[in-house]
Amino acid sequence: MKKNVMMKTSLALLVSVSLLSGCGSKATKTDMEDPSSSAYGANSSGALSAEELAAQQAEAMRRAEAERLARMADTKVKEQSALREIRTFYFDFDKYEIKSEATLALSAHAAYIAANPGVKVVVEGHADERGTKDYNLALGEKRANAVERFLIINGASRAQLESVSYGEERPAVMGHEESSWAKNRRAVIVYQ
Amino acid sequence: MGVCGEGIGKVKKTSLVLLLLSILFWPLAGVAQLTIEISEGVDNPIPVAVVPFANRSVTPLPEDVRQIISDDLQRSGEFSSLDVSRMLGLPSRREELQFRDWRIVGQSYLVIGDIEYSQLENKYAVRYELYDVAQEKFLTGQKYNVTVEQLRDVAHQISDRIYETITGVRGIFATRIAYVTLSRDDKGRDDYRLHVADADGRRAQTLLKTSEPILSVAWAPDGRRLAYVSFESGRPAIYVQQVDTAARKVVSAHKGLNSAPAWSPDGRYLAMTLSKDGNADIYRLSLDTGELKRLTNHYAIDTEPSWSPDGKSIVFTSDRSGGPQIYWMGPDGERQERLTFDGKYNARARFSGERSQIIYVHQQNGQFNIASLNIGTGEQKILTQTPLDESPSMAPNGRMLIYATRRGKNGVLAVVSLDGRAKYFLPSSQGDVREPSWSPYTY
Repeated sequence: MKKNVMMKTSLALLVSVSLLSGCGSKATKTDMEDPSSSAYGANSSGALSAEELAAQQAEAMRRAEAERLARMADTKVKEQSALREIRTFYFDFDKYEIKSEATLALSAHAAYIAANPGVKVVVEGHADERGTKDYNLALGEKRANAVERFLIINGASRAQLESVSYGEERPAVMGHEESSWAKNRRAVIVYQ
Repeated sequence: MGVCGEGIGKVKKTSLVLLLLSILFWPLAGVAQLTIEISEGVDNPIPVAVVPFANRSVTPLPEDVRQIISDDLQRSGEFSSLDVSRMLGLPSRREELQFRDWRIVGQSYLVIGDIEYSQLENKYAVRYELYDVAQEKFLTGQKYNVTVEQLRDVAHQISDRIYETITGVRGIFATRIAYVTLSRDDKGRDDYRLHVADADGRRAQTLLKTSEPILSVAWAPDGRRLAYVSFESGRPAIYVQQVDTAARKVVSAHKGLNSAPAWSPDGRYLAMTLSKDGNADIYRLSLDTGELKRLTNHYAIDTEPSWSPDGKSIVFTSDRSGGPQIYWMGPDGERQERLTFDGKYNARARFSGERSQIIYVHQQNGQFNIASLNIGTGEQKILTQTPLDESPSMAPNGRMLIYATRRGKNGVLAVVSLDGRAKYFLPSSQGDVREPSWSPYTY
């Protein structure tokens, strides 16, 4: 079941990423076609005037600038989607404060969720196996809520979000030492 | 023999119930059996000889009653049971007794008895007698008339009577335990099961099977119902299930957490943790009226409530000081007060059977152990030494507690006496065992 959800999520991500990059390339194409057709027209009427040359130069510069901006936008889209590939956020033992290294990726998720009101997200909270089960259930919820709150502050709507805590019941890693425990103290963003 | 005949009517009444039980709970295939491994007993256990019960009929006996009693007493850690091969005689009647034979082999107490099968009634007449060897004195005895299914029950009840007569404390051998097992099926999917078994791990029955987590198992004070948390709907919800009929209902399924159910001593209320109002707080649900009252209101985690035996206090875990510590309050949430101050992690407290003492999970040197606290004096004692101990549950006589721990790769149950001296493990034949709950007295 979990695998299914993950596959669905990554599919949804792929689709959304390709849609976004599709939009970007279309915009650049129109920019490029327009000036080339006008240049054709100019060629058929013979020699170019100084004004025409200046206009062509200006056009070339405008085109280069548009391409640069498009490339930047494209890079930004790719960067953001790469950041959104990070969907698991780790916590210290018995803590539910979001670590500073998590904020960039969480902001990318928040921006995406805010820009796509149809998107629904479940935030899962987990704890490592140490300590008591019911306290860990509450701890997992605190972690999920911390992520949820970050997403809301950064633009996501409360209606798009839901949280569930599994406490220590669903470890990501089965080991019984700190390296495993560190991987199990986590909140996970799951796109529905 | 004046003792014969006592309590027979009572046993008869329960026999029908037990018969129904055995039909309803035809053992499910693959029920994980718990076994007993004794690891520690007290330094000077009381020597007791349990003589094999004489078979007065030609039909072979389906249960070794002597062995069940001997195992019970041995498991308590307070007794050492004499090996049959060291016995100088095998008496089964008072007139066959030679007290000298038992003094020679250093015994303080002696148990004899016999079993007679009646084909007409299809029942077993079980009789036992307990003697003080030094004083050459009859202490107690009883005769029971039971079906084959009840032979184990009777053996445990005899153990209870022997234990109580010698120690002055009520025995817990005829009680039951509930627990959860987790194993993985062929496809690697989680397989959670809720079980009920005798206190010695035998006669396990499965009450619930789901691929989603089950936790926080709690016996009702009547010993007939269990409350627990199950994720089978995809979200945590609190269920109450009849142990006999397996009938059950959802009692709490709010948005967010529904966890840590705890019965009030009169069985009319469940204290529980809900986060429907935004944050884990403790509430009290009336099972009669459905009325819900909020007992704590704090932005920190408040969870793991448990009632004092007199119903006048509820202990709970809160991280309002920065980490989990034990607090207590009145049954309406009044007078919230911190109880534990030693260490950074103290959680899931239970009263030990009296108001003045709690047991809980305590972290020290990176280990999680079960500790006890005398509320009056503030004295804390560490009761267990295994590294990942949790979920302590008191036996109804306040002498022993059962808890979950890890041994190697597997989760196992362990029992330790409150004085820390006796200890045994209850490993499962398959998977992890966790979330034990010791039943109250049921007879």
